[in-house]
Amino acid sequence: MIKRALQPWPDSRAERTLGAASLLVGVCVVGMLVFVAVQAWPMFQHQGLSWLGSGGNVDSQLGNLEHAGAHPSASGYYLRAWPLIYGTLLTTGIALALALPTALLSSIFIVEFAPAFLRRVMIPVIRLLASVPSVIYGLIGILVLVPFVGNDLITASEKTSVQNVVELTGAGLGVAALVLAVMITPIMVALITDALNTVPRAWREGAVALGLNPLRATLAVSVRAIRPAIVAAAVLATARALGEAVMLYMVAGSVGFAPKPVDGVTFFFEPLKTLASSIVESAEGLGAPALHAAAYAFALLLLFSAFTLSLAGYLVKLPLRKYEVRA
Amino acid sequence: MSATAGTGLIAGRQPRRHGKRSSLRTWRWVDRLVFLGAWAAGLGLCLIAAGIVVYLAVRGIQYLKPSMLVSRPQAATSQAGSGGFLDPIEGTALLTAIGVVLALPLSIATAVWIVEYGRPSWLARVVESTIEIVAGTPDILIAVFGLALFQLHLMAPFSATGEGGGVVGRSFIAAGAMMSLIALPPIFTATRDGLQAVPRHMREAAFALGKTRIATIRRVLIPRVRANIATGVTLGVSRIIGDTAIVLLVLGGTLHIETQSSTPVLGLLRGTGSTLTSYVFDNSPAGEGEAPQKAYAAAFVLLILILLLNAVVNRIGKGNAHTITGAYV
Amino acid sequence: MSSGGFPIGSEDTTRIGAEHVDREARRLLSDASDSSDGRLGSPVPPVRTIVLDREPVPVRPVPEREAVRRSLAAAGPQRLQVSNLSVAYGAKLAVKSVSLSIHEGEVLALIGPSGCGKTSLLRTLNRLTELTPGSARSGEILLDGTDIHEIEDTVLRSRVAMVFQQPNPFPMSIFDNVAFALREQARKRPRRKELEPQVLDALRRAGLHDEVAEDLHKPALRLSGGQQQRLCIARAIASRPEVLLMDEPCSALDPISTGVIEELIHELRRDLAVVIVTHNLAQARRVADKVAFMYLGDLIEYGTAEEVFEAPRATRTRDYVMGTFG
Repeated sequence: MIKRALQPWPDSRAERTLGAASLLVGVCVVGMLVFVAVQAWPMFQHQGLSWLGSGGNVDSQLGNLEHAGAHPSASGYYLRAWPLIYGTLLTTGIALALALPTALLSSIFIVEFAPAFLRRVMIPVIRLLASVPSVIYGLIGILVLVPFVGNDLITASEKTSVQNVVELTGAGLGVAALVLAVMITPIMVALITDALNTVPRAWREGAVALGLNPLRATLAVSVRAIRPAIVAAAVLATARALGEAVMLYMVAGSVGFAPKPVDGVTFFFEPLKTLASSIVESAEGLGAPALHAAAYAFALLLLFSAFTLSLAGYLVKLPLRKYEVRA
Repeated sequence: MSATAGTGLIAGRQPRRHGKRSSLRTWRWVDRLVFLGAWAAGLGLCLIAAGIVVYLAVRGIQYLKPSMLVSRPQAATSQAGSGGFLDPIEGTALLTAIGVVLALPLSIATAVWIVEYGRPSWLARVVESTIEIVAGTPDILIAVFGLALFQLHLMAPFSATGEGGGVVGRSFIAAGAMMSLIALPPIFTATRDGLQAVPRHMREAAFALGKTRIATIRRVLIPRVRANIATGVTLGVSRIIGDTAIVLLVLGGTLHIETQSSTPVLGLLRGTGSTLTSYVFDNSPAGEGEAPQKAYAAAFVLLILILLLNAVVNRIGKGNAHTITGAYV
Repeated sequence: MSSGGFPIGSEDTTRIGAEHVDREARRLLSDASDSSDGRLGSPVPPVRTIVLDREPVPVRPVPEREAVRRSLAAAGPQRLQVSNLSVAYGAKLAVKSVSLSIHEGEVLALIGPSGCGKTSLLRTLNRLTELTPGSARSGEILLDGTDIHEIEDTVLRSRVAMVFQQPNPFPMSIFDNVAFALREQARKRPRRKELEPQVLDALRRAGLHDEVAEDLHKPALRLSGGQQQRLCIARAIASRPEVLLMDEPCSALDPISTGVIEELIHELRRDLAVVIVTHNLAQARRVADKVAFMYLGDLIEYGTAEEVFEAPRATRTRDYVMGTFG
């Protein structure tokens, strides 16, 4: 039989084998979804959807879950994880608000203004920023930015103003959102720049011939034409931001607190936790069934939001496609 | 302009390149803002990249001693006695090897099937979509899935079994399998794009000579897309080396590489250990050890590895290397 | 003019040609059937007369066009004056010391074989050559008396508009395409209501109004090739330029669209100066008032259409218009 396998294969057998291998890949992904759902089921079973709400101190709740024993009762699963969801939304939202204009402007810089040598430099720069591991971003964040913010930016009065509720150490929303923005900008720059370069030159030349200066021509025609690509870039960046766990764990403060915008500037110094960073935090205690179910419930929520994002991105792009060239 | 000298240009008038142009002064204020913003953003990103590299280089040179690369880490109270990080380096190498060995055949097989066969077409679309989904999944979710998978009793042979009978689910093979999942999309995409770029006449020439399809693929097409595969593998390796979440959840971070049993290879695969990334994490204030010096040293080594891999991709990147995304998404 | 007995450019040519073929065929066959040694084989198939199903439709019946042209009397004021213009790309000279005059109410056709510099000359008139790195020019181009290099390039291009060979409507609606230049050139962003009459007027002058009046919000890329080109013309003339430059506007279009656009050029000529580059000699004949023939960067001949086509002074011009080389 081995001899038969070693001889040149007929095409039909090769096709079936390769097809089976491809199917294996597909099965893995579906399996992933099913597995995570199965592991998360106890949380939904005992707490329904109320664990998404708010109430109480989520840190102590998570601690209770860890110590709830091998066969916890329904009340052993008590959790109100809204601060985590809120923290995820805050960091992702602010990071995106910082990163999208920066990425768009950087792409316009590369395509429009950069002198030739700078353009050649920017491509490896963008690739480098995209491939730096998140643990290195986290390291620089926690060893450089957090002490800087904690010692030099936060004033003593700000610290005392919230000291009854939470301690301001510098690790918090501001640093987290900033570093996250730096992490997701390169992906968007890459996608938008490549999209700008595929816009037909005839359009831009036509705009210049109509009396627009080169920047206006790019803005009014090229940027407008690549709006679906900009949406795709934003979706990809958001998915990346939602799933960032390690860097945020190092830099965001690890306190299950929901920062309050009404606090003014202090809002940016308040610590928080996100869904993904909580999963990392609970990595040690995943033996406990209650905590285990909670962590997988967070993962399921993240998966669900990633899918919803892709769907939303697709829907947003639909009306924009109307004005494009039918290739 | 000697070529134009003898053609009767108006004496004394030099050929001009540009006339009066609309300048910043005549632009709308929106355009001026965009101009300033674009320069700021572009230069800002360059500065940030330079800052990261320079800062890590400074700290790394300050704290990295060559002995660290070859000595084993020890648990110690002071930084001076805690040894080097050879085990994490070995851990990184082992995980990368497992990941690539598992991902390479699978990615190439899938890419070949999609490009060369691809029937039924709905299946091909499904497979491509699932690979895109895997590419877009954050590594923490893949880690979580991996842990769930390998903690099944079915998977007991792949890791240790704890006292209570529960499967630990953390081992090199478990983490390596997850690493192969994150390396799969880059290799697949690069191979697929390379195969699609091969002109049809090459395949047709081989068929005309009487070769079967699979033989054509093996002997003609795959050698031709070697550079694409190499680019994909380099990108995949870059992702594996930089990943932390999977290591933290699925590798069972022990300081030293601990083999599970005495059988040579299997024991190692079922064992636990650490990698450069988890070493950096553990030594930072976020982990257990307050050893920032070691963290900087290891981070510096990690960054150099990433820079080297990037340089390789920039050199050999085939196909879409002139675009930014083509070489790394 | 006639050559070889056949009136060139006459609708009778086809009929006369068909009759000639018919006569010759009958003669041959009557000779053949007279021979008795059967050289041509036994049964001879009957001769079929070749008959066209219909006459080709000319753009405009020639006498009527001549009448229109004469009715336009003299050309209007001079718009562009080109003096000793030379254009070089790097070390290669594309246009060598050309002098021309472009008037309102006239269509100037630049003809010549490929690579003779006519497109380079055209693109210099609105300084589009500055987009090409390494280009340089010397000589003078005056727009209404002012050197175009002293005018800001964006202002210049709103006064000297261009239509390209491949229709390039923007990926927007028809309305937005035509209103594009109007919106961009206004100091304050004008409202749609203010723009609408200008847009409709431009579409009317471009001959597109009746076809798209209902669909102004639809994407411009859904139009056919000829419609897209007319849209580009409408877009170009929306801001009332003084000169319209056309770079082989019909070469990518089918004959019917070509005919429609040539009609358009006749109409547009009333308000603008039109400069059209074409490699199609027949089109130049149909459309032009003045013709400039260029060869390898030199201006060989410049005069009215009658002069250049019927009585060219240079040998090379005569060879080119007779089709000796292309």
